[in-house]
Amino acid sequence: MSKKNKSSSDLEVPLHVRDFFNNLPFSKYLNLNLEEMGKGIAKMSLPYDKNLVGDPSTGVIHGGVVTTLLDSCCGAAVMSYGTPKIPTATIDLRIDYMRPASPGQTLVATAKCYRVTTNVVFVRATAHDGVKETPVASATGAFTPTF
Amino acid sequence: MTRELKFLQLREQKKDQLLQAMIDQVPYIKYLGVKFDRLGDELTAQLNFKKELIGNPAASALHGGAIGSFLEITAITELAWAINSKRVEKFSTTLNVKEDLIHPVSFVELPKTIDFTIDYLKVGLSTDAYARAMVNRVGRRYASVSVTSWQFDRNKPFAQALGHFLMPSQENE
Repeated sequence: MSKKNKSSSDLEVPLHVRDFFNNLPFSKYLNLNLEEMGKGIAKMSLPYDKNLVGDPSTGVIHGGVVTTLLDSCCGAAVMSYGTPKIPTATIDLRIDYMRPASPGQTLVATAKCYRVTTNVVFVRATAHDGVKETPVASATGAFTPTF
Repeated sequence: MTRELKFLQLREQKKDQLLQAMIDQVPYIKYLGVKFDRLGDELTAQLNFKKELIGNPAASALHGGAIGSFLEITAITELAWAINSKRVEKFSTTLNVKEDLIHPVSFVELPKTIDFTIDYLKVGLSTDAYARAMVNRVGRRYASVSVTSWQFDRNKPFAQALGHFLMPSQENE
């Protein structure tokens, strides 16, 4: 994939790339949405859904859902360097849950590759539920390069 | 039926009820399709394969998020089970065995994840997966739990995880 898109923004995702990500079966199952991608950065969103609740007393989304969002977002950041035909594989991922996500809110994650080598890509990501200053969770991961 | 036998049977029934209630109350466990088997005090989680769990269609591999979710569900359930099944034992030994004293379980407060680290050892294939968790330590406020999951051979895990959890408040003790 060419890193330079024809559109005005470098992070605007071409339709076929967006389709590729949003149509991965598990992404579709949870309703993940790729919003921006390019130059080692990606942004993804996940609307609230009752099926994804992990704490019935509060209606807070399950940690595993947040993990999926952050993992996918990191993956998209890694794949922004290569061709989206070859998916990356997660080697290791650590999630810190800083606070519960507000029920009903869409989660937004941003990921950035902070070190790229021939064998490993190191990525950091955070997720928030509308207030960027107070993230819901953050992630640190190692991924296989796709280029 | 002896009094003792009846007591033990009721206690086991109560434990089954507790486990079922713990699982049924969480929508995401059902949505993902995770089931639990209990043999004595040992729980085994099962993730039945379905095509919605795939993250890499070319390789028919499970999504990293699906695997992570499965591991976290297993860890939380094991921890909640460890705390609450002991309560059932404590609770029932201090009571005269009367069926009406063994209340049905409706809602179990769950531990909250502080952090969760997943080690993806190899590709998750498009088939059923199993997982068992081990509580490394339970304190009053924090707990450490590790999880291993496998598909064909328990000795060849495809993913492992380690998590730390904030314990639910124990206002009844």
